[in-house]
Amino acid sequence: MHGSHADFLARIQLGLGFFYLLLAAMNWVAALLLWRDGPKPYFKLGGITVTNVFAWLIVGGLFLIVAPFAMMGSPPEFSESVKHVINELSGPVTLTVGSLVAMAFLFVFRGWWTKPPIAWLLLNFSLLAMGLAVTDANFFEIVGKPDNVPIVGLVYLLGFFTWLATYKAVINDDRMAQGLPPIEKTEDEKVLVWPDLVYTEMICMVAMTALMLVWALALQAPLEEPASSVKTPNPSKAPWYFLGLQEMLVYYDPWYAGVVLPSIVVFGLMAIPFLDFNKAGNGYYTISQRKFSYIVFQIGFFELWIVLIILGTFLRGPNWNFFGPFEYWDAHKVLAQNNVDLSQYFWGGMLGQGMPKAPAGSGPGMEFLYILWRESPGIILTLAYLVLLPPILAATVFRGFFAKMGLIRFMIMSNLLLLMISLPLKMVLRWTVNLKYIISIPEYFLNF
Amino acid sequence: MSIGETIRNSQIWKSVFRHPMPLDRRNRIVVMLTNFFLHLHPVSVKKQGIALSYTWCMGGVTFFLFLVETLTGVLLMFYYRPTLEWAYKDIQDLRDVVSLGVFRELHRWGAHAMVITTWLHMYRVFLTGSYKPPREFNWVVGVILLLLTLLLSFTGYLLPWDQLAIWAITVGSNMARATPFLGHEGPGQQILHVGGIDMITNASDARFALLGARFVGEETLNRFYVLHCVAIPLAVALLLAIHFWRVRKDGGISGPL
Repeated sequence: MHGSHADFLARIQLGLGFFYLLLAAMNWVAALLLWRDGPKPYFKLGGITVTNVFAWLIVGGLFLIVAPFAMMGSPPEFSESVKHVINELSGPVTLTVGSLVAMAFLFVFRGWWTKPPIAWLLLNFSLLAMGLAVTDANFFEIVGKPDNVPIVGLVYLLGFFTWLATYKAVINDDRMAQGLPPIEKTEDEKVLVWPDLVYTEMICMVAMTALMLVWALALQAPLEEPASSVKTPNPSKAPWYFLGLQEMLVYYDPWYAGVVLPSIVVFGLMAIPFLDFNKAGNGYYTISQRKFSYIVFQIGFFELWIVLIILGTFLRGPNWNFFGPFEYWDAHKVLAQNNVDLSQYFWGGMLGQGMPKAPAGSGPGMEFLYILWRESPGIILTLAYLVLLPPILAATVFRGFFAKMGLIRFMIMSNLLLLMISLPLKMVLRWTVNLKYIISIPEYFLNF
Repeated sequence: MSIGETIRNSQIWKSVFRHPMPLDRRNRIVVMLTNFFLHLHPVSVKKQGIALSYTWCMGGVTFFLFLVETLTGVLLMFYYRPTLEWAYKDIQDLRDVVSLGVFRELHRWGAHAMVITTWLHMYRVFLTGSYKPPREFNWVVGVILLLLTLLLSFTGYLLPWDQLAIWAITVGSNMARATPFLGHEGPGQQILHVGGIDMITNASDARFALLGARFVGEETLNRFYVLHCVAIPLAVALLLAIHFWRVRKDGGISGPL
């Protein structure tokens, strides 16, 4: 963008070179640990048995070969056509729908990808992709922003811990399928807190202190120009942990996205222990014993929180327009947006007549009635969604739930669930049929 | 007699630590019961419950980061003045002039890390089903602590008084004017009026209460400073005490019941 590409590569070559060295070291340490436990054959290639130790030695060796090239300013890069495809693929639609599909895939095949060699391979792939991607100046500028670095860390930490938890859950589920107790129940040995726990805590504290110091010394905290209430930056973004909510502002008005929805999220989180009547899975990792609560939580946490934060941080540029990860944030990018309210669809599109309007000179009460009449399609639809669906669900798919939960708990659970689903629903409606508001009453600031 | 032994046999040492070194079983139990800080823990725990791969230690790390934030925050307060004239300059000086000028970095990255570790802690608690009875109430306390952690980070975001700060807070607090009934652009605000005069205007609504003014300005800076340095940390400290106490009272650290 600014300056030549070679200048940019020269700027990052040292860091990138060390990054590839780190990848080499990571794989070799893994090989060393595996060798200590005794090598095991992975697969046969042309009559030669490849052991686990050998495989990761080779992978580490490949990174070691790449490292000097990266350090001399000619690292491997994504080709322009690959970047173009990634840009096209990472639109909001493919990002959200794609991540949902990916989550479903990971859920179904959790026995496969949690196997340590597969997980390790996936980690290598993701880190390699990161190494390839940062050679793009546009990508580096956004991901390398000091305040965005924690999000990259968060993504990898979540990946690691999700792997760990799923790995343990798969083992426990297999055991319980055979009638054995989960691993956590097999050991009931007790140890003294001094020394077993206090020493662990101290090591954790020392490690965290070291980590924080390295982070603080390596990366300076951002300080931009002095505050000016007349110079509005474009884009203006909330702190990164609220960007999921800011993304919701695209689809909902502030009263909902900024006030009511966060309150519902907090209320819903607090309600979890009182809604989850399943007694199994208390104190050990399991998925198959609590599939429903697991799936709901994972969709809420990953799809509706983490993915939206990533979208809001890395892919939303000037004017809150969408930009691919390798795209330049052009403030003049213009996107035609012609969003239509449901009432406009209904009165104009379907019935082919004008919007109902109170006759001139009528009082506020009359005007109010006309507004209700105008927005009746949306109001009826919303009420049906929130009031009629729960009893239908109780009588059909959630019959067992309803019997166990009772009326009040079931109504709260189903309404929280429906409100949660309404987020992606509204997003899809916006992208597919340009739906703006289901209920549009700007007269009372009440758009939904 | 070695120096160490002399010290440990002195009256001063014995007045602080009322028993011999925790080297045998008896004294390892006694140390947990007689030390103020250690008595947060029980004497013994399930070995499985403290395995790192099971518990991830994220709650502990979050608490540690809270302590780091308190310590570095106090040091930053020695230099920082929350006024339009000085706020930005003081942060600049913290970066360029103050010796060991790494405390702002520690404080800011610690704040980010604390948000992340809080989420990871909740994630682990969920995945092990540790919110289930008898720990429902402690999960609720945890959700409030999550909210307060985010608010701590949010209020601190304004204090450097740079472009990043005021616009992030402007974007964040603009929501408040759309609060139903209590925001001047929120649904239902027309209902609250007396004798034809609106009660909820841009100088009396929820956003005004948050900012102390119609726009993010000096009043906001002072308000956020007080919230960030005094009000919210006190609330967090109280809730942390309850959170830890209830861990002990509700069946101890996570593990199969």
